[in-house]
Amino acid sequence: MKEKYLPLTATIVVFLALFGIGGLLYNNFLSTLVLGDILADNAFIIIAAIGTTFVIISGGIDLSIGSMIGFVGVVMANLDVVGWHPLASGAMMLVFGLGFGALQGLIIDFCDIQPFIVTLAGLFLLRGGCFMINLDSVPIRNDFVHDFASVSIPLPGDGELHSSALVMLVAWLAAIVIAQFTRFGANVYAIGGDKTSAALMGVPMRRTMVGIYALGGFYSALGGVIYALYTSSGYPLAGTGNELTAIASVVLGGTLLTGGVGLVAGTLFGGMIFGLIATLINFNGTLNGAWIMIIGGVLLFLFIVLQRFLVGSFRLRGAA
Amino acid sequence: MTQTPMTTNTKQFSFLAAARALAAHKVVWPLAALAVIFFIDFLISPNFFSIRMVEGRLFGSVIDVFYRAVPTAMVALGMAVVIGTKGIDLSVGSIIAIVGAVITWRIHAGDPHLLILFWALGVGLLCGLWNGFLVAALDIQPIIATLILMVSGRGIGLMINLLYGGTNPSYTSALLQGLSTGHIAFIPTRLVVFLLVFVVLWALLRHTALGMFLESVGGNAKAAYLTGINARLITFSAYIICGLTAAAGGVILCADTHTSDPVSIGRNIELDAILAVVIGGGSLAGGRIYLGMTILGALVIQALTTSILSSGLPPEYNLVVEAIVVMGVLLLQSANFRNLALSVLARRKR
Repeated sequence: MKEKYLPLTATIVVFLALFGIGGLLYNNFLSTLVLGDILADNAFIIIAAIGTTFVIISGGIDLSIGSMIGFVGVVMANLDVVGWHPLASGAMMLVFGLGFGALQGLIIDFCDIQPFIVTLAGLFLLRGGCFMINLDSVPIRNDFVHDFASVSIPLPGDGELHSSALVMLVAWLAAIVIAQFTRFGANVYAIGGDKTSAALMGVPMRRTMVGIYALGGFYSALGGVIYALYTSSGYPLAGTGNELTAIASVVLGGTLLTGGVGLVAGTLFGGMIFGLIATLINFNGTLNGAWIMIIGGVLLFLFIVLQRFLVGSFRLRGAA
Repeated sequence: MTQTPMTTNTKQFSFLAAARALAAHKVVWPLAALAVIFFIDFLISPNFFSIRMVEGRLFGSVIDVFYRAVPTAMVALGMAVVIGTKGIDLSVGSIIAIVGAVITWRIHAGDPHLLILFWALGVGLLCGLWNGFLVAALDIQPIIATLILMVSGRGIGLMINLLYGGTNPSYTSALLQGLSTGHIAFIPTRLVVFLLVFVVLWALLRHTALGMFLESVGGNAKAAYLTGINARLITFSAYIICGLTAAAGGVILCADTHTSDPVSIGRNIELDAILAVVIGGGSLAGGRIYLGMTILGALVIQALTTSILSSGLPPEYNLVVEAIVVMGVLLLQSANFRNLALSVLARRKR
């Protein structure tokens, strides 16, 4: 097996193993119903994480994801009040996400400021924007929300693939194509591997950097649209801290924060591992808030160690 | 720079060159930002700079900025060290939560209060060891490694609170509250404590080889290792230092409200601390530690927060204004942006 598929394989093995352990612990856990729900519940964050995968592969980071999710929801809800169709406001927010990401990319590249800081300012700006628009939760009452939620494809067993999961899978496939089969995708890997070499080889730096963050902004805005439709509301605190979950999903999916190494495909499984953690805790039902935080941390630790161990042992076998 | 005197060419050039050199110096822009913020405060309320004596201590808006900046600045000192090794520590807020919970727990258990300071530092040490173990021994990327404690730390704090009942227990301690809100000869005690921590850390970094080792590991860990530096041990020490300064910040922050409130104490302090380091010219790519500049960064952030609150703007605007000012400072620090701005200005003049 090619070495670059090792982390992805390890992530999938960990995911399946944990799904199996869940099945041993709880009745009815091993079903397409649970799987479909994990996909639907976490679709918005996985979508945002897919966009971030490009950013991280290029050696950068995007902290503005969570705020973007909240901001998109708040704007869509307020436009709904004045009679906009969610599709129209959603499309506008996708363009906004693209533009906002492009601006972040431009500042990062042109002014040579660290992505962590530029996108941290983006986080503050968008979250502050949410608070300036309104402080309460605003419902989205358009019938389209209901219609959107009722679309689904039945899976074998009791489960079904909800509309949000469908959007996520389409976005995921599109991202795989962009990353693996386009010149832009190759440029992203080149920049992440070694920025100077990439520039010397003739990679158009500014265009690619702007494109990377624009793509990240677009995907997080798409995550925000899905979240707003899924919860049928806009809440200014929505998505708080989701940037870290998204980044952790990318890393659990086998992408290195140092850049140049990783697969978009892995992010889906990384995000699903996080969904699985939440579902395992929910299935127990007796844990209080403090335990949920602690167990979340413990499971994160176990996953990371397990994944490292799997990758390490695979490598050893390959070498022998 | 826009008011360049139009005298002879040579004079103008030397002036421009001096201005350019000044503009490129890292201390200028944070200092300028602080000056501008203070000046706007002065315009809003003319008695901003007045310092008077109330109940035997100095009192005034400027003192208040320094006073409130202490916890963030304390945390930011350790953060500067970790960032200097190309790392990052997201768990400082959680460390503060655990420290607050342990302090309250031990006071309720009846320990002597001086001992409790060691409990607090012990917690910081332990958390630093854990983070250091993950980063240095297990080679996990810092942002993910410290995310583990960030996620679970506040839960641990809540569990400690539950040990002896009570959700948000409070305490009274002359020693701890004195360290935080008291004063020694007009000067707030926490400023003295902070100065002490700063001097100790500065001496540790600049009068032993540790500072150079830390920066060399941050610059290039492999090269540092090949020159005979025990890179793992050095990385370990960075996270321990960060854990200890976070604990010190936690003692002050917790004594402020003399309550253990793990859910909300020190929320987002990791972001403020990282921002303070970056405004102070520290690069997340590692290799440099600027302790003094980091304090300046923390002051800029606190001055901004204080002035938004005192200016009567609704607090909802806080984040947006903070984002804009931080971006402004960073853009001005960027040579490319300065050149662009200069050329735009020059074109307009013509």
